[in-house]
Amino acid sequence: MLARLTHLDRLEAEAIHIFREVAATFSKPVMLYSVGKDSSVLLHLAMKAFYPAKPPFPFLHVDTTWKFREMIEFRDAMAVKHGFDLLVHINEDGVRQGINPFDHGSNTHTHVMKTVALRQALDKYGFDAAFGGARRDEEKSRAKERIFSFRNASHTWDPKNQRPEMWKIYNTRVAPGESIRVFPLSNWTELDIWQYILQEEIPIVPLYFARQRSIVERDDMLIMVDDERMKLRDGEVIENRLVRFRTLGCYPLTGAIESDAEDLESVVSEMLTARTSERQGRLIDKDEAGSMEKKKREGYF
Amino acid sequence: MQHVMTKEIAVADDIRNYLAVQEQKSLMRFLTCGSVDDGKSTLIGRLLYDTKLIFEDQLAALEKDSRKHGTNGADIDFALLVDGLEAEREQGITIDVAYRFFATPKRKFIVADTPGHEQYTRNMATGASTADLAVVLVDARQGILRQTRRHSIIASLLGIRHIALAVNKFDLVGFDRNVFERISAEYREFASELGFATIEPIPMSARYGDNVTRRSSEMPWYAGPTLLEHLENVSINAVAVDRPFRFPVQYVNRPNLDFRGFAGTVASGSVGKGDDIVVAKSGKLSRVKRIVAQGGDLQRAVEGQAVTIVLEDEVEVSRGNMLVSPYTRPQVTDQFAANLVWFDESALLPGRSYILRTETDQASATVSELQYRINVNDFAHEAAKTLEMNEVGVVSVSLQSPIAFDNFAENRTTGAFILIDRMTNATVGAGMILNPLRRAANIHWQSLDVDKKARALSKHQKPTVLWFTGLSGSGKSTIANLLEKKLHSAGHHTYLLDGDNIRHGLNRDLGFSDEDRVENIRRVAEVARLMADAGLIVLVSFISPFRAERQMARELLEEGEFIEVFVDTPFDECARRDPKGLYAKALGGEIKNFTGIDSPYEAPEKPEIHLETFGRSPEEMVEVLDEWLHERENGDQQYDSGGGI
Repeated sequence: MLARLTHLDRLEAEAIHIFREVAATFSKPVMLYSVGKDSSVLLHLAMKAFYPAKPPFPFLHVDTTWKFREMIEFRDAMAVKHGFDLLVHINEDGVRQGINPFDHGSNTHTHVMKTVALRQALDKYGFDAAFGGARRDEEKSRAKERIFSFRNASHTWDPKNQRPEMWKIYNTRVAPGESIRVFPLSNWTELDIWQYILQEEIPIVPLYFARQRSIVERDDMLIMVDDERMKLRDGEVIENRLVRFRTLGCYPLTGAIESDAEDLESVVSEMLTARTSERQGRLIDKDEAGSMEKKKREGYF
Repeated sequence: MQHVMTKEIAVADDIRNYLAVQEQKSLMRFLTCGSVDDGKSTLIGRLLYDTKLIFEDQLAALEKDSRKHGTNGADIDFALLVDGLEAEREQGITIDVAYRFFATPKRKFIVADTPGHEQYTRNMATGASTADLAVVLVDARQGILRQTRRHSIIASLLGIRHIALAVNKFDLVGFDRNVFERISAEYREFASELGFATIEPIPMSARYGDNVTRRSSEMPWYAGPTLLEHLENVSINAVAVDRPFRFPVQYVNRPNLDFRGFAGTVASGSVGKGDDIVVAKSGKLSRVKRIVAQGGDLQRAVEGQAVTIVLEDEVEVSRGNMLVSPYTRPQVTDQFAANLVWFDESALLPGRSYILRTETDQASATVSELQYRINVNDFAHEAAKTLEMNEVGVVSVSLQSPIAFDNFAENRTTGAFILIDRMTNATVGAGMILNPLRRAANIHWQSLDVDKKARALSKHQKPTVLWFTGLSGSGKSTIANLLEKKLHSAGHHTYLLDGDNIRHGLNRDLGFSDEDRVENIRRVAEVARLMADAGLIVLVSFISPFRAERQMARELLEEGEFIEVFVDTPFDECARRDPKGLYAKALGGEIKNFTGIDSPYEAPEKPEIHLETFGRSPEEMVEVLDEWLHERENGDQQYDSGGGI
């Protein structure tokens, strides 16, 4: 007799297996919760993996203070709904120095408020494993990364010397101070994520759906004016346009796309006929060649 | 992608129907392997390009990169699509495995693009371990190379049953049919012993796309499938629910006293509510009460599903154990034979203690015997003392506690393991179990009525092993000798195992190579354990330069019995004292493998007792030891026997 699991069944089982493996073998795991659609899928899978118990680890949000307001509202609502332990970390040094994406550029802002902030938080709590929602189809250096990705005591990734990763037998051993980044969605594609969100009816931030929003055109991107901190340059005007976002991050660095996809079904069909990759809307990947690999080596997720 | 999918969507009524159709597709994982410069990355780039999976912004970046790094002149260099690391793009080689995703109307694919260089074989093995099929590339001009053979053997060992032999770069040999016939025949003959279910040779040019996704007009003599047709149609295993049920327990889920579930992934077969099961290691029988999932209990769970099982009875089960079918049980032993692929720059040392991990279990393991090394060119079995990086051999493995397993040929999930180095935590090897070794099964442990505790009580002492480690000439034997005199005169029962003395008898067949040093310590540790079991206080005076072996000795003994004494004397002082004249000879090159000179000494990181001897007399050191032992006695309630140590 034969049975067949669907493609999504297999991806789901693999992710659940990874969640449980970490819970069983690490002393202080944490989930990096970035509030985007991949994080929403991760959260959903974590709840499944440990049902009827709650996930036995806290959720950490590294808040750059420049996230869309709707993301923060959504984050807090999810924490209440699922009853998970939410930790929010902000790089207070960066705040004191007034680091922001407008004056310091995407590179410095991301480094200080995201990469450094993440390292601070990991050191502060002494986490030895951290889940992230990265997928291998996102970007070239991600395609090279292990599911259990080793970090030395200074949080750096050595892409030329990764541990072999055989079958589903994960080497979870680390010395004090070292840690592992764990990516349960490694083998998922963007299409799989959307398909799964549809199938499981997973709630996501409304920014993914087309709405009339206050938009400024800047550097060939459509930037949403989310608060008064965004100063208009000469010649810039705020227009009301029907847009949505394919990925979410800091609002000044995340480009919207014009779209009339107001619900999940239309978002997915739009995605299926897209002609550009989802990271195209991200300013931070384009600063320099190989920039994602460089950020990752420095400890970015 | 857009092209293919738009057509499919037009046929489907709406998006949900389209997605439902998507879900009927099967999933295949394959890897590309072969020698350097055979065109693996180019082939994958070509597959992604031809299946329209490259977005416009990626194509623009690719054209830019091709001008900067490309090796194809003005043409697009598809390899740059997949070689993602900067070092790879600079050097034009693949270092680590990259995973890529594409789909056709028939199947979804996960591709592992693996490196061809021999030094990166472990990365190739990583990609192969989860693959259903291997695309082995061969350069039509070069034919079958050493690396082609090595990768084929590793693919076979790791359980891959299907090979697509992509004979590439046909444009460079004038699309010559004879070249194809010759290489195909040579490969089939070579691979006949490897047990592949299918081997499909395909002539192609990845650079120009011939026979990759479209039929080549240059090779009318070839009537077989294109690579993509073959990948879409080769039959891969569906889940067979009637295989023996195996459920390695990964995590015990116990949120409150009313719920105790065993979480894991079904490794093979299936299980239903009400089925009888057996706990593999204890043989205890129970029955499945519930198969728990969020959104409602399941009636059945099949291979590949991650579920939580609740049993009818309160049986003892923890992570590493296995719930199995009572009718076809796995092996449960502490000795087995296995194929082993070695990954680490430090060679395998038989006798050294490694950590063995299966999917959920863990045990201390030693390779008790290296039966032979496999020559990857001609399958010859060669005698060997170690396995170097990227070598393959057949070994006997001995564990400190039994594990539950199946032979790898029967079960790819429950028959596999990795070895981890205790000190560096590196994954140093991957193993595929061939069969259990019956030695352990037939020699049962004889249970004796007079036990260690009884023997110790009659001697009024706590069995203890004081393990003196340090450089040659550091003063180990002098201090140990003085301490033994003192303990003896206080009425204790002692024995001193001295490195030089043991090498005259028990260990006289051993030299000073790394392998022999490991075996030297293993034997002494076992002797010390027997003596501790006899109730003695054992003083071991051995250089014992490697941490791993001292750790192994520690683990042979009970908690608190092993006292590591680091006799810490600076190298220059030892060389100055040179009580046996050995340093003079070693520095003069007359003795090889001398610790501290051309063989390393790994100092203890956390010894129980650290003796810094420089400028202090052996008598002072003995006082330190004596005081430590008395303090321990005062704090120790375990052996409450009166005048013990």
